[in-house]
Amino acid sequence: MGKQDVLKRVEEIVDSYGCRREALIAIMQDIQNEYKYLSTEALELVANKLGVGVAKVYSVATFYENFSLEAKGKYIVKVCCGTACHVRKSQPIYDGLREYLGLTGKQKTSSDAMFTLETVACLGACGLSPVMTVNDEVHPKMTPESAIELLEELRAKEGANHAEA
Amino acid sequence: MAKGFMTIDGQRVAFDGEKNVLAVIRKAGIEMPTFCYHSDLSTYGACRMCLVEDERGKLDSSCSMEPRDGLSVKTNSMRLLKHRRTILELMLASHDCDCTVCPKSGKCRLQELAQQFGVRRVRFKDTRERHEIDDSSDCVWRDPNKCILCGDCVRVCEEIQGMNILDFVGRGAQMTVAPAFERKLSETHCVGCGQCAAVCTTGAILVNNQIGKAWDAIHDPSKRVVVQIAPAVRVAVGEAFGIPAGENSLDKFVTALKLIGVDEVYDTIFGADFTTVSEAEEFKQRLANGGPFPMFTSCCPAWVKYLEFENPKYLKNISTCKSPMQMFAAILRDQYAAKDAADGRTTFHIAIMPCTAKKMEANRDEFKHDGRPDVDLVLTTREIIDMLRETGIKLGELELESPDLPFGMGSGASMIYGSSGGVAESVVRYCVPDKSKNALREIEFMGLRGDGCIKEATLNLDGQEIRLAVVNGLGNARKLLRDIDEGKAFYHLIEVMTCQGGCVGGGGQPQSLRVTKQERRDGLARADHSAPFKRAERNPVVMQMLEEMGEEKAHRLLHVSYIKE
Amino acid sequence: MPKRKLTRERLNAMRLEAKTLLAANTREVLVCAGTGCIAGGSLNIYDAVKKLCEDKGLKTRVSLKQEDNGGNALHFKKTGCHGFCEMGPLLQIEPDGILYTHVKVEDAEEIVERTIMKGEVIDRLLYTLDGKSYAKDSEIPFYKLQKRLVLENCGYTDAEDLTEYIARDGYVAFEKALFEMTDEGICKEILDSGLRGRGGAGFPMGRKWDSVRKQPKGKKYVVCNGDEGDPGAFMDRSIMEGNPHSIIEGMLIAALAAGSDEGYIYVRAEYPLAVDRLRTAIDKAEKLGLLGDNIMGTGFSFHLHINRGAGAFVCGEGSALTASIEGKRGMPRVKPPRTVEHGLWGQPTVLNNVETYANVPLIIRKGSEWFRSIGTEKSSGTKAFALTGNVVNTGLIEVPMGTTLREIIFDIGGGIKDGKKFKAVQIGGPAGGCLTEEHLDMPLDFDSLKSVGAIIGSGGLVVMDEDTCMVETARFFMSFTQNESCGKCVPCREGTKRMLEILTRIVNNEGTMDDLALLESLSATISEASLCGLGQAACNPVISTLKYFRDEYLAHVVDKHCPHCNGRKVQLVIDPSLCRGCGKCRKNCPMEAISGEIRQPHTIDTEKCIKCGACWSNCPFGAIREE
Repeated sequence: MGKQDVLKRVEEIVDSYGCRREALIAIMQDIQNEYKYLSTEALELVANKLGVGVAKVYSVATFYENFSLEAKGKYIVKVCCGTACHVRKSQPIYDGLREYLGLTGKQKTSSDAMFTLETVACLGACGLSPVMTVNDEVHPKMTPESAIELLEELRAKEGANHAEA
Repeated sequence: MAKGFMTIDGQRVAFDGEKNVLAVIRKAGIEMPTFCYHSDLSTYGACRMCLVEDERGKLDSSCSMEPRDGLSVKTNSMRLLKHRRTILELMLASHDCDCTVCPKSGKCRLQELAQQFGVRRVRFKDTRERHEIDDSSDCVWRDPNKCILCGDCVRVCEEIQGMNILDFVGRGAQMTVAPAFERKLSETHCVGCGQCAAVCTTGAILVNNQIGKAWDAIHDPSKRVVVQIAPAVRVAVGEAFGIPAGENSLDKFVTALKLIGVDEVYDTIFGADFTTVSEAEEFKQRLANGGPFPMFTSCCPAWVKYLEFENPKYLKNISTCKSPMQMFAAILRDQYAAKDAADGRTTFHIAIMPCTAKKMEANRDEFKHDGRPDVDLVLTTREIIDMLRETGIKLGELELESPDLPFGMGSGASMIYGSSGGVAESVVRYCVPDKSKNALREIEFMGLRGDGCIKEATLNLDGQEIRLAVVNGLGNARKLLRDIDEGKAFYHLIEVMTCQGGCVGGGGQPQSLRVTKQERRDGLARADHSAPFKRAERNPVVMQMLEEMGEEKAHRLLHVSYIKE
Repeated sequence: MPKRKLTRERLNAMRLEAKTLLAANTREVLVCAGTGCIAGGSLNIYDAVKKLCEDKGLKTRVSLKQEDNGGNALHFKKTGCHGFCEMGPLLQIEPDGILYTHVKVEDAEEIVERTIMKGEVIDRLLYTLDGKSYAKDSEIPFYKLQKRLVLENCGYTDAEDLTEYIARDGYVAFEKALFEMTDEGICKEILDSGLRGRGGAGFPMGRKWDSVRKQPKGKKYVVCNGDEGDPGAFMDRSIMEGNPHSIIEGMLIAALAAGSDEGYIYVRAEYPLAVDRLRTAIDKAEKLGLLGDNIMGTGFSFHLHINRGAGAFVCGEGSALTASIEGKRGMPRVKPPRTVEHGLWGQPTVLNNVETYANVPLIIRKGSEWFRSIGTEKSSGTKAFALTGNVVNTGLIEVPMGTTLREIIFDIGGGIKDGKKFKAVQIGGPAGGCLTEEHLDMPLDFDSLKSVGAIIGSGGLVVMDEDTCMVETARFFMSFTQNESCGKCVPCREGTKRMLEILTRIVNNEGTMDDLALLESLSATISEASLCGLGQAACNPVISTLKYFRDEYLAHVVDKHCPHCNGRKVQLVIDPSLCRGCGKCRKNCPMEAISGEIRQPHTIDTEKCIKCGACWSNCPFGAIREE
């Protein structure tokens, strides 16, 4: 879906609430339901249509825990940082992947929007530690090298798909 | 409004219409500490410093408590003092305490109260997250590491200016104050009014400090430093030196500037007379041509910026006249070109302004020639106060000296440019054919002056009824524009000043409440009264120069268009 | 649009018809469709049982309708939460009252063939306690000792069936209030009943309503707080899911009393099922004409909206909640003005929580006298509690105010799990305090709890056994509150952050005696100086654990060793009779805590073991067990 289509849909959502300022939270909930996150463009459009400051919209969006302001990648990679995984050196895996994906600061998603890297408290698969999941599929006994290898495979697969299309 | 008697620390105190217990306590002579309470803004109640204890031992913030007959509170019980110290300690633990080199040192409320309450030690570990300083704006700097989240800036930006550039981001211990998407100020619609810096209790938002550049120029022998001083500065600059607000200390200020090494000191009122004459002529022309109406005044750079960002369709309604500062600078450049060539020095022009947005105006492309701005540097009142302090000059004790001539002279009409309603009144003085004293008095009371947010007046000019409006605060301007859009209002001339009360309440002025702004306005009104001539067209230098200038040159020096091609 | 305009006569005729239908109901299959049981797969069980019945030629119906073959058909209901979540998914057969627990889809065939068709009881699906199995729910101690008023319909009725609600005297109270009572009369009845707000401090409802009533005429709002956010509390969720019409009816009566024509129900984001059920209920009430303009031709109008929360615990606070409905950050504001004068959109507002509203129809229908006869003198009526933690029967219960902790934990709750000793119970969630052995016989009511520094709060009861570290418990609650602080006032924002830092240090045995003193000093400031209830109550868990379990803090600070945290009695051991010595556990142990010769039973070094369970999941012989 192109950016224009998304914005058109956002406009429809805002209109469906009659552009009422007090519907801001409900509007953002609807947008997030459809697009999994609130993009900058979407929030700017919402602010514009409701006639409120964009800082206000951003302020409300960042107050509530359920709103995500970041697009998630196609693959969501979670590295377990529970006790068992931690002692089996899950941190180097996380660090290695961050470096591989070129993530800096608070950035969690690679610039090609392919991967989102997160940590998870405990996946309850301590026997397989250190573990990571890719879109909820568990990958056991990882090393920094094997983790990167896995992501490269996924990337290659996506590349092939793309080439076919 | 409630009336009655309360007991404060055992002392009987009468109250009469005070909006909260805090005000009654202060009236009783007890300086209650606050961070987030600002009488011109809504009550926020978050800093919890103004807590009082009632008879049942219950604590609550006095800023949110209604005065009630028979109410009895303690302001300094053992518990209250302890809590205040703890609150201060908690604030300091999350604050970048580099006080010795902080520009706000000595004027910082946190520093002041921490000292006052004897907080000598912070028992918490430093676990602060470091934030980047935003120095992208011409007007103000933001250092989030110093922010105590009192929210004054957020409320002034939203409630007074209706801009909502700054707001709270995130929540809990992660909460910060920032523009949307944590952008830099230069990437937002910030108009640079500087009111956030004016209300900031710590060093988290500061006027873009250009003192260093000023000293460099002053001490550079190859530069001729020429200064212009805006009307609102003279009634506020003395406040830091024990001179009451509203007292015109221009003559002492001129002496001070000469003492620190400024070569020539002029007065912006000279530029203002040019503005009045040009703007009034333009207005008459629009009346003759039937529009476009309303004509907006153009002196306030934040207002111009506001229209560019938020409502560009009205740019055509803005007077094509430059602001007094820019007119003055253009004329100065024109007049001093020969002088520069003759003695080999370059004129370095500094404008001392009550305004942070003037820094942005001076930097606009429209006012640059060959890449050089007409005004080399804008210093706010606060910056010049800091410079004088640095030199140890005691302003109050100085001899008097008048500004230099010929550009140091102006009408009484130009003096009131610093107050809301002043520009409109000056134009009216020019436009009415009756030049008597009585006419002046009538104009004074036609409703353009005063404390109102949106003031209206009508004027009969050659049988035509002219509708005028004066507005201060961008929030009010936004409302007025909406009414005009919806056809609910029509005016021929609208004066807009971004700051409350006009330039006397500018973002570059010393921190002030409504009362102080009023005193400054009264000071300007007195200066008008004692001026040798009251109308811009009575300024002989201005009128002569206009005559000699010719139409083309006048257009080039005095007019500008903000409409983008 | 209603087909015919609803009148009082028509509503009564409907009720009569529904009552007849309900009375004629001979068999009912109730499947619990509360959040907990749905997660356990109860909806699949519902489908499977229903389909099997139909396959076998049994007549079924899913609502109280004339055309559904009258009394012969099996009435299938998706009910609200039964409360016995520990035992879910639950399936009940009425009128016999047979309650099956831990039901699986595979059990469907047997249930249909034996119980539904032949009337036999399947013993293995019954609830058993101490070797005794219970066929009927009314005999199970968990239910027997409760007094379910607001939860009465939950578990027995189809939450989505308005007709059934009406058949069970639903909207009788509203009808009475609408046609027979004045606004003042309603307020007086509620005041006389002694009903106090179920959400927090226990403010008398009648007084609150009357304050709003006395405000100048004009726009007024009735708001229902369904933002139940305490970890371990789900009473309001169960009512919203299981008996949504009772809330609507309560709000309608509040609107009559206060002179309001518009209401909002603010539901926590994490309760999607409650939102669905409430939405359905509102739709149906609107269609029938119980909500909308000029209700039953009386000129009284009431419109009801639902707002979903977006994830902020602080929105349970009144002014934060109204701010959130207005589309703003949920930050509490200073009072006065109070919500009754200056609530939603600056208008006078009645704001109560779900359980409070659910009590209202009962009071109006049965009278304040009746309500006062339940509970204690100053705390009348019942209270719902969510019973969780180390207790045998976790779940949702409702008991008269004044019931003792001992009755709740030991009689209804079945005592402490695994025969452990009782240590404490955390009441009122992160804002509450802990009660200990010495409080077991104290009656649970607003005032008794207040006298020992605890609150009923929304009604979470977390039971802790002798192995629980109370310092860690205090830290857990502080981390919750700290994460949920809105950030507005300094004591709460900065104070809870520092409290958590200090508590974490102490739990990690890195704390000092100075830290303890700092905790106490900071607690006082946060409790007394914070702006809203969240901050004022944030330190309660710390204050009460410091009071009753100071020795545990000292164990962490002085001895640097907590018997509960470091030497937990639960340990992983290898059963030598089952272990074949394959060595898989040893290879998989991340801590190298397992040793042993090949083909010889291995052992776990409990000092090194972190109880990650790697050995357990890798053992092919099931030789590893907890001890």
